[in-house]
Amino acid sequence: MLERDVMGKMETATTIAAHVAAGRRKAVAVCHEALGRIEDRDPRFRAFLEVTPDYARPRAARVDADLAAGKPAGPLAGVPLAIKDNICTTFGHTTCGSKILKGYVSPYNATVIDRIEAAGGVLVGKTNLDEFAMGSSNENSAYFPTRNPWNTDCVPGGSSGGSAAAVAAGLVPLALGSDTGGSIRLPAAFCGVVGMKPTYGRVSRYGLVAYGSSLDQIGTLAANVEDAALLLTVISGQDPRDSTSVDHPVPHYCEELRDAKLAGLASGLRIGVPAEYFGAGLESETRAAVEAALDVYRRLGARTVEVTLPHTPYAIATYYLVAVSECSSNLARYDGVHYGHRTAHPRNIIDLYSSSRNEGFGAEVKRRIMLGTFALSAGYHDAYYNKALKVRRLIKDDFDRAFEQCDVLAGPTSPTPAFRFGEKLDNPLAMYLADIYTIALNLAGMPGISIPCGFSETGLPIGLQLMAPVFGETVLLQAARLYERETEWYLRRPPVTS
Amino acid sequence: MININGLAVEPIIGLEIHVQLATRTKMWCGCKRAFGAEPNSRVCPVCLGLPGALPVMNRRAVELAVRTALALNCRTAGFTTWDRKSYYYPDLPKNYQISQYDRPLSYGGVFEFPFANRISRVRIIRAHLEEDAGKNVHDFPGCSAVDLNRAGTPLLEIVSEPELHSADQTREFAVQLHRLVRYLGVSEANMQEGQMRFEPNINLRILKDGEIYTTPIVEVKNLNSFRALHGAVACEITRQVEGWQETGVVATTGNKSNRGWDDEREATVAQREKEEAHDYRYFPDPDLVPLELDEAWVAELKEHMPELPIPRTERFISEYKVPASDAPALVDDRATADLLDQAAEFGGDKSTLAKHFLSFWARHANERGTPIADLGISSKHLAELARLQCEGTINATATAQVADQMIARVAHRFSGGGHESSSESEHPAEAKLSPRAIAEQLGVLQSRDEDQIATWVEQALASNQKAVQDAISNQKKLKAARGFLTGQVMTISGGQADPKMVGALIEEKLAEIGQSKV
Repeated sequence: MLERDVMGKMETATTIAAHVAAGRRKAVAVCHEALGRIEDRDPRFRAFLEVTPDYARPRAARVDADLAAGKPAGPLAGVPLAIKDNICTTFGHTTCGSKILKGYVSPYNATVIDRIEAAGGVLVGKTNLDEFAMGSSNENSAYFPTRNPWNTDCVPGGSSGGSAAAVAAGLVPLALGSDTGGSIRLPAAFCGVVGMKPTYGRVSRYGLVAYGSSLDQIGTLAANVEDAALLLTVISGQDPRDSTSVDHPVPHYCEELRDAKLAGLASGLRIGVPAEYFGAGLESETRAAVEAALDVYRRLGARTVEVTLPHTPYAIATYYLVAVSECSSNLARYDGVHYGHRTAHPRNIIDLYSSSRNEGFGAEVKRRIMLGTFALSAGYHDAYYNKALKVRRLIKDDFDRAFEQCDVLAGPTSPTPAFRFGEKLDNPLAMYLADIYTIALNLAGMPGISIPCGFSETGLPIGLQLMAPVFGETVLLQAARLYERETEWYLRRPPVTS
Repeated sequence: MININGLAVEPIIGLEIHVQLATRTKMWCGCKRAFGAEPNSRVCPVCLGLPGALPVMNRRAVELAVRTALALNCRTAGFTTWDRKSYYYPDLPKNYQISQYDRPLSYGGVFEFPFANRISRVRIIRAHLEEDAGKNVHDFPGCSAVDLNRAGTPLLEIVSEPELHSADQTREFAVQLHRLVRYLGVSEANMQEGQMRFEPNINLRILKDGEIYTTPIVEVKNLNSFRALHGAVACEITRQVEGWQETGVVATTGNKSNRGWDDEREATVAQREKEEAHDYRYFPDPDLVPLELDEAWVAELKEHMPELPIPRTERFISEYKVPASDAPALVDDRATADLLDQAAEFGGDKSTLAKHFLSFWARHANERGTPIADLGISSKHLAELARLQCEGTINATATAQVADQMIARVAHRFSGGGHESSSESEHPAEAKLSPRAIAEQLGVLQSRDEDQIATWVEQALASNQKAVQDAISNQKKLKAARGFLTGQVMTISGGQADPKMVGALIEEKLAEIGQSKV
């Protein structure tokens, strides 16, 4: 408990929930403090698209009232959380960082939102993202870019950049993100927080605005592994509203992280080190930090195993066929007819469609819609989409084979720490390469986590990525916690300046 | 081959049929299916295609689809997938329709039906599930509106091979299919409500000077009645012959066109062609998981398949001795046909029962605008009435009178309220419906009292000496005289005498009189 208290003014979610449950703190007070921090500090980073105090305060009061009435405390009792703005909430707006959904209010809550609220969580606002979660830097938000709390000239990573920055800046202890090709893990690495993408099907996608439906997965951004486990426990589990969610038992992930459970674990742990994740393009500081992390594991008694994921070079190309194909179909509904932006003076129905979409979507979204439409079109479908599905299978087979030799895989989350604004904006391919280590895992449907493992000379965080087989969340979190327990990188916070 | 304008012409017609399935809720969400409800009142995030909403398959729709597929002798796929079919239209909120592309639920069937004294055999290419769209409404000045109540309604699309060859045959195919889906209970198939829609594709093979010319295929969209279907096919046959004679254009890839049906002009009309060929960009819907049909479940559905209308019609013709032209009237409504079979099981004479169904029961049903099954008469009472007539306990006129009373009492019972419980046991209210009791009350039971009948016979003979003389002395007049005397006895008895007994007694008496004369 002590080590967490040195983290500056913000307590961990686990601590808050324990205090509120025990009656030592009021949810209303916790919420008030979080809203105060947001008001003070967020103008520098702009993590939030919308802060919703008028919704949050009564919810917090409700948590207190329920406890006072003797109702059992939920696992997130009084914990303030931020929600990526591509997750539907009946409070505030759900814009997906896009002009086409400017002012859109969802009439329903995503399943994860209901689960968090049932667990006593208090939602304080919606965080910024690359438009429809398409991007690695947050520069594709139609509203404004979020800045990296460690260096405001640098990007926070994307697409869940707002959620990662909100946690890194100590505004809220927990946030939800979504990860289609690295959109949780990359900003977690860039902002120095813990970002976890669960197994595809672990968490309901109902109410997550779709980008690449077969890849999208909601996950957590947290200041430490235990908090990540806490939130994951709440949001996991099959949902009758999502046919792709899986009926698989949900362990109490926090219990799995108890010291007693971790005792002796390291000595039996086999950590796979994929050669392909340490090749050309990996910046030396990042490489050094990740290798140092591997040394920590070895020192703990874990065994590192060289493994190979031979189809890794095809992951980006495969991803940019599968994701864009699905995106071209998923985003067809934004047409100016039923909701969202509609062009002012349509000449006819075709013009209503094309002008509304042309005005409503940003450049990157248009690029991906066009790529996807092309990849699915008659005559190209086999060469692109169907071929990509075959390669996707091979990529998954790579992981399956690797996991025959190890329990988790370890490597860098990103080849470099956070880059500067504008640095890659004119070169989409260079931007896409930021996701080179995260994308394959989405194609394989497996869980992964990024945890802080060091800093660059310029003071930017570096992320260690761990990956596990399907439904291997427990071992993934345990491995992450083993490392976290030995290091203090995760305790570092960016300088607080208002 | 038929002859049109001096040319030998063979029409080639295939049919796509859309059938709305009679599920309680929509294909992918819990919204109720409803026709005529307040616009956009049966909608939710899923069928509105709102951001973040996801479809969840309706299992009941799959069951109804599989039952139809089995009745069409289709093979069911063990593994079937959902695909997105992309096109932009305001009544399609996601701008893609969830359908089935290369792995349909069922395929390779055949449907046989009697037509023109032969059995027509039409192969079914496939029957797959998809979702219906909403409706664009153009009732407002200056703007159009969209009603999404229908969006997401489960739809079964049945595609036939182009193996129909005339407008009459196409209509008969459609009529039989309509009867089939209603029989299976898979669809209400109400045509006015668009629950069954036809899209024929039509072209011709024209034989001229030993050469065969094939005209371009025309698909007529969205036909809502058998009349429109027949009219569209007939119209296309003539139009295509004339068109070919004028232009000589034959079918090529890419010159297939769509036409609509103008109900007032009774003609097909050209539809504005899309600027470019449709590319639906099918791909598997990542929001749904492939469906694996359990073989044992399919086998169970097959086992519980009801007797289908066509075989049932044939059985009724042979078992109930009804004319082929009347049989469909008995078979059309499944509950009515079931009721007839149940009444026969209760011991009602089959032929008599069928006659009752085709005569007074049909009349009562028509008057009330319901099928016979909904008249409220139990199979037991139907059987009893038939038996009374068959045994000669009541005559034909009395039978109809008793039936009228039964109907009147049912109506009274229902309007009286409080007596609607339909327990199996003979409830006092039920007893009132007993045909025998009614016949007794009406006094129409035929007398079988031999002494009484003998008295009536003697009275009749005494007052008709001439006929008696004719019967005894003139062999040629015997039959007519006996008939006359029987009639007289019936009149005297007020119709209550059993005609068979009367006949026997008259014969006996005549023989006696003849004997004494010799």
